[in-house]
Amino acid sequence: MTIYAAPGTPDSLITFKSRYEHWIGGQWVAPAQGQYFEDISPVNGKPFAEVGRGTAEDIEAALDAAHRAAPAWGKTTGTERAAVLNAIADVITANLEMLAVAESWDNGKPIREVLGADLPLAADHFRYFASLIRAQEGEFTEINGDMIAYHYAEPLGVVGQIIPWNFPILMATWKLAPALAGGNAVVLKPAEQTPVSILVLMELLADVLPPGVVNVVNGFGLEAGKPLASSPRIRKIAFTGETTTGRLILQYASANIIPATVELGGKSPNLFFEDVASTHDDYYDKAQEGFVLFAFNQGEVCTCPSRSLIQASIYDSFLGDAVERTRKAIQGNPLDTDTQVGAQASNDQLEKILSYIDIGKQEGAALLLGGERVDLGGDLTDGYYVAPTIFEGKNSMRVFQEEIFGPVVAVTSFEDYADAISLANDTLYGLGAGVWSRNGNLAYRAGRDIKAGRVWVNNYHAYPAGAAFGGYKSSGIGRENSKAALAHYQQTKNLLVSYSEKAEGFF
Amino acid sequence: MIEAEVVLDGETTSRVALTDTAIELLRMLWGKHGPLMFHQSGGCCDGSSPMCYPAGELITSDADVRLGRFDIAPDGEPAQPVDFWMSREQFTYWSHTHLTVDVVPGRGSGFSVEGPEGVRFLIRSRLIDDEP
Repeated sequence: MTIYAAPGTPDSLITFKSRYEHWIGGQWVAPAQGQYFEDISPVNGKPFAEVGRGTAEDIEAALDAAHRAAPAWGKTTGTERAAVLNAIADVITANLEMLAVAESWDNGKPIREVLGADLPLAADHFRYFASLIRAQEGEFTEINGDMIAYHYAEPLGVVGQIIPWNFPILMATWKLAPALAGGNAVVLKPAEQTPVSILVLMELLADVLPPGVVNVVNGFGLEAGKPLASSPRIRKIAFTGETTTGRLILQYASANIIPATVELGGKSPNLFFEDVASTHDDYYDKAQEGFVLFAFNQGEVCTCPSRSLIQASIYDSFLGDAVERTRKAIQGNPLDTDTQVGAQASNDQLEKILSYIDIGKQEGAALLLGGERVDLGGDLTDGYYVAPTIFEGKNSMRVFQEEIFGPVVAVTSFEDYADAISLANDTLYGLGAGVWSRNGNLAYRAGRDIKAGRVWVNNYHAYPAGAAFGGYKSSGIGRENSKAALAHYQQTKNLLVSYSEKAEGFF
Repeated sequence: MIEAEVVLDGETTSRVALTDTAIELLRMLWGKHGPLMFHQSGGCCDGSSPMCYPAGELITSDADVRLGRFDIAPDGEPAQPVDFWMSREQFTYWSHTHLTVDVVPGRGSGFSVEGPEGVRFLIRSRLIDDEP
């Protein structure tokens, strides 16, 4: 067990600046209007730094820097860009613990996750896209004996990226790594709940990234996000967030005729077929953990397995075991490596979760566990903690249909395969799903029949860089991770070349 | 608290309401941004929050349902209408609940106009058959 010292105390691995400006052109730049907002740590509910409150002028300055950097960066070879991406990964790895404390303090997530998942995954992600760009080959087609169609993957130019607050550094990485690999310059707007950790990383990368290749402007969606998303000076916009803002982003993109990728969340079903419980072996234990993963990252994951569907024949015993398993989850100081459940990212997130718990009760869902705010006392008494919560009810209830983005799971039973698939697909969303069965044929069929972009079979919440991630239905457009993500940051140049001396014969 | 004007065909009771705090905030935001609209979001992160925009900023269509129209003007003043929208597909899952727009301290992302004010619109819900 290790408890990392809190920022602001003598032994802390990080000393935050009292004030963070924008990161533009490889240096700190004060916001044009001189305004700042407070960054509040969800760990204790207290402000710990001031952050630049960006406006359209700051977005323009960042776009200026990006446009200055883009031509040369776009002309670098894949080998050169791969070297930069690998160097970024090395910086993350070398500063793992310091960045982990920063991330945990900014977001409220348990440091064991940041140390074991967020940051190692981020480093690996940069290395994956380094490999991908290094190994990328152009294509050519021999149209006929004298004519060849050459296909090149060219950068888009300057792209805009708006990232969410649930995995600040990792979600920035998901968007930055393919954009940089593809040869684009970026203007990135972090979420206003978690604006600082990405800036801590950017400062470490000052000597690694050419100035202007990545620019970070913080601020509120209305004041900084909208000028970025609606700018005619970007060639693509990428967004992770909710559906209404996603629609606005797509609307702005249509006005500028640029591509947009949007990842808009889900209400992911986690299906447990009866053979899961045929013996209580390691696999059963793994499936039980698969249930409890709804509380991973305090449920603040777009793919949170927030609808647990359990076959009726094992329902009572499996759910009984799962409630006990969930009860053992350790909630506490996010900087303690033993802590498994930390703080929700913001006060309004906390309020929203509590309002959902309220409507769940009103609709007659049975509360099997949790259902309340937790006061951890001491320095953490004002932090935003919610107990892992298990509801039992019907799929038509709102707690089964809306992404609560908290440690709340809604559980119901299914009779047979058809019932399971029908319930799984009875949702607006299609981002993630889980299928648990010892029967490979059954699991395969279920995986194919569920309308979701990512179906985990006999595992959940793994995010390897090489596996495509994205939504069906209202969960969005486009894919992150894998070579599919790179394709969203390149455009095809076709050189159609004639090697014939003869006229074409029309005139 | 005010209830919205009923605008859905065949319906007689309001589906959405504003708390007094929400009305005050909306009046202030109207002064800054002009006429306003709500669109109820779903999905990730700040999903499930009602997004407040300058009227017309989000293009609505047949894919949306207008649940109600508020008039936030003080008594005797010219009308200040604020429509409350939701996507039609989301309405199929929400239609059995009455929604009240409230305000809490916080910092939602998204492009909602109250974001910079340090507060956030929040939906509180009750079953539509229940009396408030």
